[in-house]
Amino acid sequence: MAEQKSRRDFLNLLLGGGTLATLGAILYPTIKYITPPASGEANVTQLKLAFKRSDIEADPKKAKTFKFGRDLGIILITDTGELRALAARCTHLDCTVQNRPDLGILWCACHNGRYDYSGRNISGPPPRPLEQFAVNVVGEDIFVSREKA
Amino acid sequence: MPTTTGTKPPSTLGQKSFQWLDDRFHIKALVDYMSDKSVPRHGRSIWYYFGGISLFLFIVQVVTGILLLMYYRPGADSAYESVRFIVSEVSFGWLIRALHSWSANLMIFAVFIHMFSVYFEYSYRKPRELTWVSGIVLFGLALTFGFSGYLLPWNELAFFATRVGTGMAGAVPVIGENLLVIMRGGEEVTGATIGRFFGLHVAILPAIFTVVLTAHLVFIQRQGMSEPIDWTDKPESEKKYIKFFPNFLLRDLLVWLIVLNILAVLAVFLPDGIGLIHWPLGTKADPFAPPPPVIRPEWYFMFAFQALKFLPAHLFGLEGELVGIGAFTLGGLIWALAPFLNTKAHRGKPSTPFTLFGILVLLFMIGMTIAGYILE
Repeated sequence: MAEQKSRRDFLNLLLGGGTLATLGAILYPTIKYITPPASGEANVTQLKLAFKRSDIEADPKKAKTFKFGRDLGIILITDTGELRALAARCTHLDCTVQNRPDLGILWCACHNGRYDYSGRNISGPPPRPLEQFAVNVVGEDIFVSREKA
Repeated sequence: MPTTTGTKPPSTLGQKSFQWLDDRFHIKALVDYMSDKSVPRHGRSIWYYFGGISLFLFIVQVVTGILLLMYYRPGADSAYESVRFIVSEVSFGWLIRALHSWSANLMIFAVFIHMFSVYFEYSYRKPRELTWVSGIVLFGLALTFGFSGYLLPWNELAFFATRVGTGMAGAVPVIGENLLVIMRGGEEVTGATIGRFFGLHVAILPAIFTVVLTAHLVFIQRQGMSEPIDWTDKPESEKKYIKFFPNFLLRDLLVWLIVLNILAVLAVFLPDGIGLIHWPLGTKADPFAPPPPVIRPEWYFMFAFQALKFLPAHLFGLEGELVGIGAFTLGGLIWALAPFLNTKAHRGKPSTPFTLFGILVLLFMIGMTIAGYILE
């Protein structure tokens, strides 16, 4: 009897193991499949903007947003006429920040978060500063690049 | 594995859950009903498996189809690109597409076997007339699934096959021209056609198929498995049965597992199919390019395609294609209404004319299919 029982146990182990292996073989590719492949534009470190300084000046808020790889950036002209480019997604809950030339800050309308033009979070809920991008002007073209590539 | 139920107070978690559900839904009656089910055991019991195999392959189609939907984007500018993205960029995307294609072909094949075995066993005889009719509807839906899915990758192969296939609808009398425009979503096969076929393939057909399939399965559950016609006058003592639960169910599951493994091997080693069952992505459809030298329908449409090609331009003073479509319609009607026409089978006697008709249909299909591939 004892021997028979152990044989049954062994068969159950085999059956259970086989079932688990089969489920694993089905689930693994399925989960890998529904995880989307990384998009090709993930590692953009430098970008030539599609607009010129005059376009930014023409904007009532003296700023324009642009796609920077998978991120969103904002480029603005300070009251001293300097070009500054920063990440445009608020570090609080991912809303898009906007320039407030009247206050001299970047402002997030969702929860009244505020950043200075260096990206420092100076008031409201944002937990972290905004990443600042380097700006280089070559003739008419504006190049934006990540400082730490 | 505790299997005891009944007098003892429930102890294990499984028994407790069962008790909980039984208090609310009276599952016990269902279990008793299930445990009474049995399957006739005889020399031709193997045919009982093919309905289940078709069902399993349909489930595979639903699962892999939903997965493909996550990346597929219908439209003339995106369909081909998204399929190429699936097979080249997405992890295991090639596998999912291969499984969907292989399973589609194997499902049609299993359905053919299932249908012919039911026909030759006279299993459609009273009381199973409606099971047969619902099966015929499912068969038609399965073919429509195949036809509409074939176009979706929007590659050269699919484009021209669809142009020829929809073009045949133009031969239907009176409504042909309108039918063609409705099918194509315009005068020509374009992005609009993809939209139609996509809607059909992923929403309309699955919905209708699910309803009819449910009816088909409910009929089978209510009536049990058909007994061979030569058991009609057999004394009860000589009839052998196998319990459905768990014996036959386990065999069914084992067959499903074997089919799953066959499917996996085919999809992994032959992701683009092989020989006449072949679905390479190839080049993107270009409506202005000349057609490739060989335009072929899928193998399960080949017999009809070839038969229509054989017809002369004029027959009995009518257009040849018209006569062909008429003959197919008539044959299909006899096939679908066999349970009502074959009165001899109702009395439990085999009917030679119906068996001969079945053999004729089978030989015609096989012959025309072979001719179609040889005469290219």
